[in-house]
Amino acid sequence: MKKLVSILVAMTLVMSMFAVCASAEGATNVKVGFIFLHNENSTYDLNFINAAKEACEELGVEYVLKTNVPEDQSCYEAACDLADMGCNIVFADSFGHEDYLIQAAKEYANVEFCHATGTQAHTAGLPNFHNAFASIYEGRYLGGVAAGMKLNEMIANGEITEDQAKVGYIGAYTYAEVISGYTSFFLGVRSVCPSATMDVTFTGSWYDESLEKEGAIKLISNGCVLISEHADSMGAPTACQAEGIPFVFYNGSAADACPDTYIVASRINWAPYFRYMINCVANGEAIDVDWTGDMSTGSVELTEINEQAAAAGTAEAIAEAEAKIMNGEINVFDTATFTVEGAALTSFMADVDTDAEFAPDTEVVENGIFMESKFRSAPYFNVQIDGINLLDTAF
Amino acid sequence: MSKAKGEPFIRISSRSALPWYMAWLIRGLSVLAALIVGSVVTVLVTGENPLSLYVTMFEGSFSTARRTWLLVQNIAILLGVSLAVTPAFKMRFWNVGGEGQMLAGCLASAACMICLAGRLPNWLIIALMFLTSMLAGGIWGFVPAYFKAKWGTNETLFTLMMNYIATQLVAFFIIIWEVPKGAGQIGIINAQTEIGWLPVVGPSKYFLNILIVAVICVFMYFYLNYTKHGYEISVVGESERTARYVGIKVDRIVMRTMLLSGALCGLTGMLLVGGTDHTLTTSITASRGFTAVMVSWLAKFNPVWMILTSFLIVFLQRGANEVATTFGLNQSFSDILTGIILFFIIGSEFFIRYTVNVHIGRSRKEAAGRV
Repeated sequence: MKKLVSILVAMTLVMSMFAVCASAEGATNVKVGFIFLHNENSTYDLNFINAAKEACEELGVEYVLKTNVPEDQSCYEAACDLADMGCNIVFADSFGHEDYLIQAAKEYANVEFCHATGTQAHTAGLPNFHNAFASIYEGRYLGGVAAGMKLNEMIANGEITEDQAKVGYIGAYTYAEVISGYTSFFLGVRSVCPSATMDVTFTGSWYDESLEKEGAIKLISNGCVLISEHADSMGAPTACQAEGIPFVFYNGSAADACPDTYIVASRINWAPYFRYMINCVANGEAIDVDWTGDMSTGSVELTEINEQAAAAGTAEAIAEAEAKIMNGEINVFDTATFTVEGAALTSFMADVDTDAEFAPDTEVVENGIFMESKFRSAPYFNVQIDGINLLDTAF
Repeated sequence: MSKAKGEPFIRISSRSALPWYMAWLIRGLSVLAALIVGSVVTVLVTGENPLSLYVTMFEGSFSTARRTWLLVQNIAILLGVSLAVTPAFKMRFWNVGGEGQMLAGCLASAACMICLAGRLPNWLIIALMFLTSMLAGGIWGFVPAYFKAKWGTNETLFTLMMNYIATQLVAFFIIIWEVPKGAGQIGIINAQTEIGWLPVVGPSKYFLNILIVAVICVFMYFYLNYTKHGYEISVVGESERTARYVGIKVDRIVMRTMLLSGALCGLTGMLLVGGTDHTLTTSITASRGFTAVMVSWLAKFNPVWMILTSFLIVFLQRGANEVATTFGLNQSFSDILTGIILFFIIGSEFFIRYTVNVHIGRSRKEAAGRV
């Protein structure tokens, strides 16, 4: 009998230890709800989904993923639903989610709402609504360097002449986030291959596989010899693989699907931000209103270079440019490296504060440098520089 | 071949009206069969426990007060469009343009909210939203009816094509009104001032929409069953020749009914824009204009039954979404589940109207004797 009691006591002790362990693991008491515009088939959302799982599992917090949430009232409903489910952080990943997240933030004062790529947090005056982005233009610039190296190799091999070094770019919409992206990519290309020009076409959608594919084919038939993009499907990469045209990707690697033509991709690694926001809530600290990640936070990354498609010396060239960006020797939007309608850009008023007027309100050129992501995390570079030709701007 | 010559293996014949309890027994069995098939597919494909799947489905609509309100709100909007297209269907006018008529109403009310904000008092803007959305939807319904009446055009194609025109018009205005320029979206209209937002009445912001649709539902029930208009509609629906013979001006009835049908679609669109969503997108209607066809037909054009059929469809959609979220399944899986259940429910109507005789190796005489 004694034996039985002691066994029982021992078991109880062991059980309670487990119980302590379990509660210690979830000590943060944080539950995060994520809202994604599309699902894993979208490279953009996949990038977020992977980072969300990585950060939450590393920190041992509970999380809920809601995919395919459109940029309309459903986003507000999804956000409220997550708050109802006991999430203390709600995160949304698409630009158009912002209004609806703000609406939900007003209703749930005790829940932190974090939004990637948005612009309104610094003017909304809500203590529980936050924006975040990363200086991805630096990553795109490095992608551009890899593309420029490829162009130089094609020129050296006699495949194209210097004048034929035309790059094609598929963008989603015609506002700052996309303009900042293709301009930084182009400046990266031109830093290596000075004769390069670029054609840009727009799809009017973040995810439209067939439109992106058609866009790539149109650019290729217009004489573009290298493609890059800012839209979220595998449409353009597969078109490039079929046509044998090298391309620089965004959001993640396409090495598996396109082993012959994919050079490299830039991406935002969202895990650092997710860790940051979870730790803030766990420790009862305030989250930045406007958080900008960069290469030093590990937010801006390049994927592994695909040596099969990349030009020789690409890795070295990227490493060199990366070091120069890190130590401030290279500024991506240095006004000495581009012109606007033939003249240097000495001053530019950007619409940094989102208000009813949508009017320029802040001088963003300082010491000859367009200070992207300084006044708010989301891009505001929407200047049309020389050398880039916009094919269709209906959006 | 033992089978008699000319005797089909399966013979389908129309059956006389079933007693109501038999009809409901068939319907109940079909739902049960759907759940079983759904379970089998779930286990085979995902390895999840089918029972917890259906519990989750239920939770998608009822686990919080917000979800229940949202369920009722979604039922209300779907019911609104279904009621709107019903008089046309009852008249055997194939209006598959509910989507476009609804979008026209959405566009008209969004236009009022954006263009008139600050220029007119709020109550007047809301009144104009009611008026213009019904007018816009009415025009979208009237045009195909007019062409049908005057030149005998095909209304199915015509109303369908009007949907695309409405979608493109909305896309066009989104680019004009987009915020910020180039972003391809309008966002919440008048988020600060709340101009043109329908007032919050009663316990929830969804309540007013629900109330308005309830009124439309009662109106439609009486309109179809107890008015001269309703009678004319059913006569035209039963037989156009009879209608002409008894002196009903068929063309006029068709145009009048489509005007009403379109106007109510437009009104429902306004409830979406002014009442809950406060934005305009090309997908704001969420294909309800097409789903309404099914709701209306499943309920055999009876406004009261339509409450039940729209509940069923909204419940399934919300439940399936919840399943996709909770179990981390792809959204497509919830579509598969909804598809299975709807397949059985629609299929049950076949067995209510027809009887199937399976003929296995009997002589002609025996087979004949069974008929």
